[in-house]
Amino acid sequence: MSRIRQWLPALAVIALLLAAWWGLVAVAHSVIFPTPWQVVRGTLELIEDGTLWRHIGASLFRVGAGFSLAVAFAVPLGLWMGWVRGAFQTLNPLFQILRPISPIAWIPIAILWFGVGNASPIYLIFISSVFPMIVQTTAGVHAIERRYLRAAENFGVSRGALFREVVIPAAFPQIIVGMRIGLGVAWLVVVAAEMIALRSGLGYLIIDSRNAGNRYDLVIAGMIIIGSIGLLLDGAMRLLEGLPWATWRYAH
Amino acid sequence: MPTRIEVKDLKKSFAGVGGALPVLEDVSFTVGDGELVAIVGPSGCGKSTLMNIVAGFDRPDRGSVSIDGIERYEPGPKGILISQHGSVFPWLTVRQNLMFGLGGHVSGEKRALADHYAAMVGLTGFEKSYPRELSGGMLKRVELARALAVKPEILYMDEPFSALDALLNLRMRNELLRILSVERHTVLLITHDVEEAIHIADRILVLSPRPARIQATFEVPLPHPRRLTGPEVQELRVAILRELGVDR
Repeated sequence: MSRIRQWLPALAVIALLLAAWWGLVAVAHSVIFPTPWQVVRGTLELIEDGTLWRHIGASLFRVGAGFSLAVAFAVPLGLWMGWVRGAFQTLNPLFQILRPISPIAWIPIAILWFGVGNASPIYLIFISSVFPMIVQTTAGVHAIERRYLRAAENFGVSRGALFREVVIPAAFPQIIVGMRIGLGVAWLVVVAAEMIALRSGLGYLIIDSRNAGNRYDLVIAGMIIIGSIGLLLDGAMRLLEGLPWATWRYAH
Repeated sequence: MPTRIEVKDLKKSFAGVGGALPVLEDVSFTVGDGELVAIVGPSGCGKSTLMNIVAGFDRPDRGSVSIDGIERYEPGPKGILISQHGSVFPWLTVRQNLMFGLGGHVSGEKRALADHYAAMVGLTGFEKSYPRELSGGMLKRVELARALAVKPEILYMDEPFSALDALLNLRMRNELLRILSVERHTVLLITHDVEEAIHIADRILVLSPRPARIQATFEVPLPHPRRLTGPEVQELRVAILRELGVDR
């Protein structure tokens, strides 16, 4: 009951927005801008002919590949940069320069290097999500309290055990934060990248629907689906926050 | 009684605003095997600095620390430091914490050892708990058991129970005495609590205000369990407090 009450204002705002949209389209007699109902019908059409799943699958595959590569690269590198002062001093300035470059700015180079296949968006997702994860992981290691490191030093454990049982779990909450940011950016970028080229994906769906007959109902359907999947992805990342390695921090 | 810890002419200064700030000035003492020596001193006199140097976490400007006759400047599992702030890993369970110092892979033998020490400090039934589920007193027990599990020869205790309330403090001292009667560790204890020192120590060293020197030494020739209300204890307490500049 309290949960319903908690969600009530948010649902009310959305309902209000939908009503306003519907009303404005009706009043303006727009022939090109769809009503919410037309968007629903457009979505059903996409579900029926199966193209929706193909587009969603293509986008998720690209995000999955690019994001996994970025995690595999950023987490070890971030741990190393956090632990070894020299590595941080050498690499951090470079990453701070690369980090603010919008992934969109990489699109021409990505196409030049990787063509218009799947490799381009995967590269763009990699490049956009890798930096926030490096930064957060490094910060996580830097924030480890001295008393824990001293205890580990005192017990004289091996380097492997030190990383496995102290450094990684201690930095883990920050690593998760980095992964949440990284996945969010990755999802933003895949749609943008798919708008440029390719013949599949939710970004392609939006651009293609506009180009092939001004199907704005499908454009808006695509946007809403993108938003919903983004929400689900973030929810999935939040599940990681429930692991014991991640919850230790919030409990104190 | 063979000498376990020998501290010789330790000198240490820290860089301050107006030049070097001397903290330790020619501190020398020894701790015998199986002895419990307490160091008491006023707040900010350099007790923790002294402990950090003796335990190997910090280097002196001059002087030496020898363990079993060998000079040593690194921390190691032969001497475990238990500090005021506590360093039980919050991301590991009690059992994982106790097995932390045992090294290598998890084995039944190590688990049994961990559970043995958990039982010794009264943590049976909490092996799978996370530190956040435990009270402050229980965390201290985990800390103590984790140290005992690696079978160190020396326990360095820096204000180990000072964050606990008076009742818990008293109970932990009794626990420590009970454990030491079984395990026979050498203990170097730093405290600002004179009563705590008299309760558990064999010998008490009084540090002067900064720069710290050993100002006085008191033997505590009382058998355990000690009655803290007895006249000898009161006498000793007054004498130590007088050394600390607190006359009554």
